Amino acid sequence: MIEKVTQIKEHIIKRNAVISIIFILLCLAPLFLSDFRINLLGKFVAFAILALGIDLIWGYTGILSLGHGVFFGLGAYCMAMYLKLESSGGKVPDFMSWSGQEVLPWFWKPFASAPFALTMAILIPVLLASIIGYLTFKNRIRGVYFSILTQALSIIFVVLFVGQQAYTGGTNGITNFKTIFGFSLSNPSTKLGLYYIAVLLLLAAYVFCKFIIDRRIGRVLVAIRDGENRIRFSGYNPTVYKVFVYAISAGLAGLAGAIYVPQVGIISPAEMGIVLSIEMVSWVAIGGRGTLTGAIIGAVLVNSLKSVVSENFPDIWSYFIGITFIAVVIFMPAGLVGIYHQIKKVWRNSLVFKRKEAAMKH
Amino acid sequence: MDRVLEIKDLTVSFDGFKAVNNVSTTVKKGDIHFFIGPNGAGKTTLLDAICGRVKPAAGSIIFKDSSDVTKLAEHEIVERGISRKFQVPSVFNSITVFENMELAVEKKRTIYSTLFSKLSHKQRERIEYVLNTIGLYEKRFEKPAALSHGEKQWLEIGMLFVQEPEIMLLDEPVAGMGRKETDKTGELLKEMAKDCSVVVVEHDMEFVRECASTVTVLHEGTLLVEGDMDEVQKHPRVIEVYLGRGGE
Repeated sequence: MIEKVTQIKEHIIKRNAVISIIFILLCLAPLFLSDFRINLLGKFVAFAILALGIDLIWGYTGILSLGHGVFFGLGAYCMAMYLKLESSGGKVPDFMSWSGQEVLPWFWKPFASAPFALTMAILIPVLLASIIGYLTFKNRIRGVYFSILTQALSIIFVVLFVGQQAYTGGTNGITNFKTIFGFSLSNPSTKLGLYYIAVLLLLAAYVFCKFIIDRRIGRVLVAIRDGENRIRFSGYNPTVYKVFVYAISAGLAGLAGAIYVPQVGIISPAEMGIVLSIEMVSWVAIGGRGTLTGAIIGAVLVNSLKSVVSENFPDIWSYFIGITFIAVVIFMPAGLVGIYHQIKKVWRNSLVFKRKEAAMKH
Repeated sequence: MDRVLEIKDLTVSFDGFKAVNNVSTTVKKGDIHFFIGPNGAGKTTLLDAICGRVKPAAGSIIFKDSSDVTKLAEHEIVERGISRKFQVPSVFNSITVFENMELAVEKKRTIYSTLFSKLSHKQRERIEYVLNTIGLYEKRFEKPAALSHGEKQWLEIGMLFVQEPEIMLLDEPVAGMGRKETDKTGELLKEMAKDCSVVVVEHDMEFVRECASTVTVLHEGTLLVEGDMDEVQKHPRVIEVYLGRGGE
């Protein structure tokens, strides 16, 4: 019994080792990297928050959403509206007057309040996902049909945001921010602060997701992936759980958007588009779906790789990313985390083998 | 014996084709009730109608004198106490045997309770009792991928039984099993029938003979004959359409 308890303890430490190392590295990173790199890393950390959400819905529940850019974008736009109003001092923002919009639209007004903007950055994606999720999952639209639907959603929003130039800034999006909560955005210490806030939010998101998957609901989600009919005929209503997980992952995407904007300084409809939405899924696939650490590692690593490759080989970087994605899907379906587990297994087996061999000799 | 399920004039049609045509029968408490018949007789469709997977065109299915289950959603029917097992073994492969049972045993199935509630002592005992009944207690921490075909079927039957249902609907539970496993499944069903009614669709006549307390023979969607195995076996129409060939 005591042996078992220590075993479990060891298990917990081992389980959390990788994620602890990740967070320690993220916290120490400003000591080693330039301000520019930290700013980039902060952006990737925002992406990691979103990747956790995609992992919940895709990795655990088996529902492939190819339109998470929409939720990310909505969160980002909410934050951008606040930042824009702060920089214009509550007056009509510059891009509006260029389009002939002389008064602040009614729906812009409440975004002058930071708490309102932050709440909306999460709430709007959650509500949108709940409505869409309810309608699709209730009617048992599944698999590839759901994926196509989410792609359509992404197109609709891009077209909508490009078209409503007077309200959204059109193709250019919203940019030219000056301050956040009164701190200058060009100030390096503000940037560093934002970076640490992003890391903290990632930690909070991780703990939140971990809580969900460790509870019985986590097993229900996996059960939906493994056999939706069995869980339905075990008395669970899969629709409720699917809507729930879709809404949660949309909320995380919104949160990611909200911390992305002040660091990057711009949000445009391109960030809501299909290309980025699919890229988001590829981060999780490469990192290892069905593991939270995998999602974080995937988001940070793929984006780091992308920026390194695109700086050095500006012409071919997109091919490079594409090939990596294909290679991962074909050769390591469980992603980097899967490879890690495989290596560990082989190593352990060889240890056992050596031990047995040694025992035989004696 | 009192009835737990009364099927009245049930018709299920798919685009005009009547897979089940005007069938009436009752399932009694504690019975092991078999539906047999040649392929396309409508046996599985009948189970589908009872568990809410298909909606009948006409007729009703009254559960325990009160509610008509044809009006309910699948998960609501399960909540009333009717569990269903499908032909293909379907268990959750990425979680352990025990966790499979855990999902089944919990009666509160809202988001809130799946987030915050834990297994009670009583539920844990119930799971252990059922795991012992189906002989998988030793393997409770393994994932179903490591189980044999028969063991997967028992696990799924166990997942139904752990819910303390009033009726278990089993679609070909012994398909693909060897004689030994089939016999064990028979023992299992008899054991479980002490607590609930068991409705089985099956082709294995030896298995039917071994376990059945009531047999209903279906043919082309209609009810041919109903009774205990001896009566049914002697019935000339049954011999003609089903049993006759091959001298079963």
